[in-house]
Amino acid sequence: MTERSYEKFFRQNRLPHLWCPGCGNGIAMKAIVQAIEKKSGWTQDNTIIVSGIGCSSRASGYMDFDTLHTAHGRAIPFATGIKLAKPELNVVVITGDGDCTAIGGNHFIHGCRRNIDLTVILFNNNIYGMTGGQASPMTPLGKKATTAPYGSIDRPFDACKLAEAAGATYVARSTAFHVQHLTKIIEDALDNKGFSFIEALVQCPTAYGRRNKIGEPAKMMAWMRDNAVMKNAWDKLPDEKKIGEKFPIGLFYKAETETYDEAYHHVMEIAGGASK
Amino acid sequence: MRKQLRLSGSGGQGVITAAIILAEAAVSEGKQAVQSQSYGPEARGGASKSEVIIDDEKIFHPHVKSPDFVLAMTQKAADKYFTDLNSEGVLILDDDLVPNSPDFKNIIRVPITKLAVEKIGKALFSNIVALGVIVKVTKLVDFETIKKAVAHRVPPHTIEQNMAALQIGYDSVE
Amino acid sequence: MSAKLMQGNEAVAEGALAAGVRFFGGYPITPSTEIAEGMAKLLPKVGGTFIQMEDEIASMGVVLGASLAGKKVLTASSGPGISLKQELIGYAAAAEIPVVIVNVQRVGPSTGQPTAPSQGDVMQARWGTHGDHSIIALSPWSVRESFELTIKAINYAEKFRTPVILLMDEIVGHLRENVELPAENEIEIYPRRTPKKSRAEGYEPYTPDEDLVPNVANFGEGYHVHVTGLIHDETGFPSGSPKITAEFIKRMHEKISRAADEIIEVETDFMDDAEIAVVSFGGTARTAYEAVRNSRAKGLKVGFVRLVTIWPFADKIIAELAKKVKGLIVAELNYGQIVGEVQRAANGNCAVKLCAKYDMTIFEPEEIESAIDELISEVGGK
Repeated sequence: MTERSYEKFFRQNRLPHLWCPGCGNGIAMKAIVQAIEKKSGWTQDNTIIVSGIGCSSRASGYMDFDTLHTAHGRAIPFATGIKLAKPELNVVVITGDGDCTAIGGNHFIHGCRRNIDLTVILFNNNIYGMTGGQASPMTPLGKKATTAPYGSIDRPFDACKLAEAAGATYVARSTAFHVQHLTKIIEDALDNKGFSFIEALVQCPTAYGRRNKIGEPAKMMAWMRDNAVMKNAWDKLPDEKKIGEKFPIGLFYKAETETYDEAYHHVMEIAGGASK
Repeated sequence: MRKQLRLSGSGGQGVITAAIILAEAAVSEGKQAVQSQSYGPEARGGASKSEVIIDDEKIFHPHVKSPDFVLAMTQKAADKYFTDLNSEGVLILDDDLVPNSPDFKNIIRVPITKLAVEKIGKALFSNIVALGVIVKVTKLVDFETIKKAVAHRVPPHTIEQNMAALQIGYDSVE
Repeated sequence: MSAKLMQGNEAVAEGALAAGVRFFGGYPITPSTEIAEGMAKLLPKVGGTFIQMEDEIASMGVVLGASLAGKKVLTASSGPGISLKQELIGYAAAAEIPVVIVNVQRVGPSTGQPTAPSQGDVMQARWGTHGDHSIIALSPWSVRESFELTIKAINYAEKFRTPVILLMDEIVGHLRENVELPAENEIEIYPRRTPKKSRAEGYEPYTPDEDLVPNVANFGEGYHVHVTGLIHDETGFPSGSPKITAEFIKRMHEKISRAADEIIEVETDFMDDAEIAVVSFGGTARTAYEAVRNSRAKGLKVGFVRLVTIWPFADKIIAELAKKVKGLIVAELNYGQIVGEVQRAANGNCAVKLCAKYDMTIFEPEEIESAIDELISEVGGK
C-alpha cells in the first residue's frame, strides 16, 4: 500500500478524529502531511505542528510530530517562539478562520510583518464549528449563523489580501475539492523561506452547510469546483464576470525578503554573540 | 554621615541623569548611595524629581526626608521642593529659570542653563553644569571622581564638552 | 567584584542572563520597560534572542514557544500588561511550561497611575488566571535581591515546571543602589529537566517524576510530544475523565505545596524578645525595617518580618509567630491584601493590624512607627 505511505505521519492511536462525517478538515490535514512527505530534510523529528483552538486546530493531536495545541488565536506567537529559539526546526501552523482572523488577527498580521519563517495554513470553513455555528470574520455576507440568524452583516476578511498587505512572502488559496492543487501549493509554501500563508477552503456541512441550505458535503465540494477560478483565468476575467460566489484560487503573491531569524542573526553578529 | 539631595526640574533637563551620576561617583568612592526618582508621563516638560541619599552605612528607606541640598531648575520645582529643606541646608537655583527666590536662608543662584548655552553652545549640558555646582557646594565627592563618573555615563564623542560643562559649573561658585 | 550603582530592573536583566535565560519576549510598559531594554542589549551578545511583540498576550505566547523548544525564558510587564498575560500564565500552568513573569507593580486598576508605586497585584499574582492552579511568587526588597531572586525564579520555573512571578514594585524596580553581584561560581543553576526514558521504552511526557513534576521533552528532540492547554493524561493528550481531571488538578497544587518548606523564605530581625512584629515585603520592607529600628531605639520590643516568598504563603511561619507575639502589623502598599493571609494563618492567636497606603507615595517610617505605637497601646506590652 505504497500510496498510503503518508499514514506514518498520523498517530494511529489518536484516530478516528473528532470531525463530523463529510468535514473538509481531514482533506486539508492529509494534504499537509503529503506535502511534508515530499520535502527532503523535513522529518517527523524536525518539524513542529502548532495549532490554535477550534475544529481545525485539533489536527495537531492527530499528527505524529512534536505538536502544540495552543490557546485560542495564539498559535502564531507560540510558533514564533519555537522558530526563533531553534531556527533549524520547520514550523507549520494550522489555524481556523475565527482563530486566525478574529481572536488571533493581530498576531496574524504581525507574523506576516516580521516575515517569520512559518507556514500558516488556515482551514476556512466560514464558521465557528466547534462551538456550534457562530459567525466568524470570514462568514460571507448574508450567510446565516447562530449569532447571525438573519444573515451576517459583517463584511468578511479576504485573509489572502490581508496577509499580502501585512507582509507575508507567500500567499495562496485552494480548496478541499482541489486537493492536488492544495497539496502542491502547501509544498511550495514549505519551500518558501519566510511567512507563508495558505487559505484552504473546507466544507463544514454540520454548522455552516446545513444552516445555509447548501446541502450535503458532496454538494458543498461541487460548489467549490464550480466557483473557484484559477488565478490566471481569474485575472483575465472581465469584472462583469467576477460575479455571484466566484472566487480565485492559486498563488497570489510571492516575494523574497530576509526572514526574521536571518535578520536577528545580523543583530547577534553586531552584538558579538552570533557564534555563542 | 548621611547626606540627602533632591534634584528637581522639568522632564528633559536631565536632573535624573545628574542624580545617577552623582550616586555613581559616591559609590565609586566606597560610599553607600541610593537614587530614586519620580516623573510625569511626559518625556519632555513634565515635573521631574530625583533624590539621592549618600551614607557610610546601608540605606533602607529610599526617600529623602528634609534634604540637605535642593537643586531647582524651574520656578515650579523651586516653590514645591524647598519647603522641607533642612534649615541648615542649601537651595541651588537656576538664576534665569527661577526668577523668584523662595523664602529661604541659604540660597545660591547660578545661571546654570545660560552658562551651558553661552559657554558650551547647548542647553543640553545644563545638567552637567549643575552637577559641577553641586559638587563644589556639597563637597560630597571629589571633583576628580565626578569627572570620571560623567565620562563613564555620557556618549564618548561628548566627553570633552561635558568636562568643560562640569568645570564651568564648578568654577561658577565660590 | 567592586560595588557599583545598579537599578533594580537592570539587576533583573543581569540576573536572568546569569540564570541562563536566552529568550525574552516583551512589550513596553512603565515601570518595567528597563528590563526589556536590558534584555534587548544583553541577549544578542550571548547568542540569545530578544523580540518585542505586538502585545502582552503575544509576549507570553512567544516565550512559551521558546521554552518548549528548550530555552530558559523571561518576560516582564506591569499592571495592564500583566492582566493581558493572565490567559497564557494559565496555559503555562496547565501545560507545565517553565516561564518567569516579572511584574513591576504600579497603581491600578486599569491604566491607574503608570509611574507610581503599588503592591496591589498580590492577589492577582496568586489567582489572576482562571481555574485552580499553583503559582510561585517572589518579591525582592533590594537591587541585589532582584538579581538573586530572578535566578531563583528561573530555577523554580525549571524545577517545578510552572510559571513563577517575580513580584517587583516600582520602588525596587526603579531604585538605584550599591550592588555587589555574586561571582559566577557562586550561582546555582537548575538545568532543564530531561526525559529519563526513550520513546521505545514507553516514554510519556506528562508522567510525573517522584517530585510530582513531569520531565517533558523539548521540541525537536525526537520525542513527538503533544502539548495542550486541555486537561490531559500522562501521554499529554486530552482526557475527558473525571478521575484524570481530579488527579491533574491535585498534582498541580501538590507539586508546589509539598515543596513549600523549600520555596518559602521569610527574613526576620529583632525577633528574639519581640512582643509585636511588622510584616512586610518588597520595597515597603525597606521602610518597615527603618521604622522597626527607630522603634527599637525608643525601647519598643518590635520585630521585623519580611516575606521573600509571597506565594505559596508562609502559613506555618506566620502561625508560629502568632503564638509568640501579641500582635502583627501588616504594612502593604494597597488597600489590604496580604493582611487577609496573615489573619488566616494567625488564626486568632494574636492581633493583626493593617497599615495600608494607596496614595501613589511610599510609606514614610513615621507612618509605620505610628501603627506600631497604636498596636502596642491596643495589645499592651512595651
